Amino acid sequence: MSEVKKIATRESYGNALVEIGREHDDLVVLDADLAAATKTGIFKKEFPDRHIDCGIAECDMMGIAAGLSITGKVPFASSFAMFAAGRAFEQVRNSIGYPKLNVKIGATHAGISVGEDGATHQCNEDIALMRTIPNMVVINPSDDVEAKAAVRAAYEHKGPVYLRFGRLAVPVINDTPEYKFELGKGVTLKEGNDITIVATGLEVSFALEAAKLLEADGINARVINIHTIKPIDEDIIVKAAKETKKIFTVEEHSIIGGLGSAVCDVVCEKAPTPVYKIGMRDRFGESGPAVELLHKYKLDGQGIYEQIKEQM
Amino acid sequence: MDKLQLQKTANELRKHIVSSLHAAKCGHPGGSLSAADIMTYLYFQEMNIDPKNPGKEDRDRFVLSKGHIAPALYGALALRGYFPEEELLKLRKTGAMLQGHPDMKGTPGVDMSAGSLGQGISVAVGMALSGKMSDADYRVYTLLGDGEIQEGQVWEAAMFAGHRKLDNLVVIVDNNGLQIDGSVDDVCSPYPIADKFKAFNFHVITIDGHDFDAIDAAFNEARETKGMPTAIIAKTVKGKGVSFMENQASWHGAAPNDEQYAIAMADLEKVGEALCQK
Repeated sequence: MSEVKKIATRESYGNALVEIGREHDDLVVLDADLAAATKTGIFKKEFPDRHIDCGIAECDMMGIAAGLSITGKVPFASSFAMFAAGRAFEQVRNSIGYPKLNVKIGATHAGISVGEDGATHQCNEDIALMRTIPNMVVINPSDDVEAKAAVRAAYEHKGPVYLRFGRLAVPVINDTPEYKFELGKGVTLKEGNDITIVATGLEVSFALEAAKLLEADGINARVINIHTIKPIDEDIIVKAAKETKKIFTVEEHSIIGGLGSAVCDVVCEKAPTPVYKIGMRDRFGESGPAVELLHKYKLDGQGIYEQIKEQM
Repeated sequence: MDKLQLQKTANELRKHIVSSLHAAKCGHPGGSLSAADIMTYLYFQEMNIDPKNPGKEDRDRFVLSKGHIAPALYGALALRGYFPEEELLKLRKTGAMLQGHPDMKGTPGVDMSAGSLGQGISVAVGMALSGKMSDADYRVYTLLGDGEIQEGQVWEAAMFAGHRKLDNLVVIVDNNGLQIDGSVDDVCSPYPIADKFKAFNFHVITIDGHDFDAIDAAFNEARETKGMPTAIIAKTVKGKGVSFMENQASWHGAAPNDEQYAIAMADLEKVGEALCQK
């Protein structure tokens, strides 16, 4: 296999902020003492006056972002997913979601691929938390290309958006001339009519790997990338439910409340089909190198392949 | 507005508070009444606002961080002409414009939805920071309860405001001394409040929150204060103006019944008549 370019989506976030920041003076960035890790430091370097470090105070940061948006700015409030969606959940709900303010939340270090920092910093619950908030858009991009496009789409969307990024460098899979990011639209990356794998975030490239392994066993898997978990692309899911025998959802997140649950919500109502959810099975993570953890929890290509085989 | 007019307006506001809560059959009279003079001063004297153009860009902003005293805000907005006074009697009813806690999406003149304690001050800080970043002249006011400042987020916001020297921000603490479970110093003392804000690099002014001369002097002093935000600690009486509600924690979150309503309105009528003799 030739060398694949790998970039962490948090890096894409920082770079996209600079690009969009050059075009729009109203874009401002907030951080809570993690600018080096969330990569908003890249923005700070070019626009020091538009980068606001709130100190280690995420709840306050969300309120400040709300105040900035009411007075005409487009704030991107940044922290780790654990603190943005977890600690500041109620601030995001009441001070941003309820008044439908134009605040963007850039949450990095999502999922177990945080690695060595361990369970306290590995947020596997943020998608669940954020998608229950009315008015909130939830985006979980799969690679550098998609992450940058997602940041732009978030800027252009009027209303609150939660963007989920990762710490681990992941393969660039969307650098094709025809790639186009459409908010709320899933992408079929591989056709197939036996089963469907619906994946999100860094699991998309692993899902493609798994599909290749399944192909060798004579199982023809369709692979769908759901970058926008809310509003979810119902059509692409219903179509898959009708045309394939079983749906497997794959996410670096709890199987409770995340992509898998969102897919089940659609399938249950519109096209009842068996769904098996691949993700963190109602447990916390642990310390270890990201790649090893993804392997241990069967969330890499091989692990997904094995889990699907077990369920067939 | 002169002092007498402010006093008369505040008394009208108190009547609206009592009437709307009586009609709603639930809500928070104690803190609404304690803050009525401050609210009157803000909406009739201090703030640069235009009821005909509630969204005008250079207006001063107000965030009711202690959102449960929405009746005081709604009464002030109605008296100022933002919406018809009839709306006040639909407070908290299904489908009504006036929600239990302020909703900026539905109510003209409300600058921020708030009510979950500790959150409004951060939003006010964000508005003030935004004004500084854009060289805008508007000022930002936020009203907190003395129980509310037990919330840690208040001090996160205070630290940031002091650090950023937001002299376009005024934080007012309605220090009526009581919260739901009793006296604030019995429940979990926030005292010394003034020293805490001083430690966070605020200019602090402590006043009698029912004395319009003191209120006037404090807001003028805040306006003159440069290089740091101002905190006004307003010593107030919970339930102020209604005899049986004064200094009673039990009137934090209970509405008057018909009989109590009649007594409360009679109390306020008496105050109004006395003011007319002046």
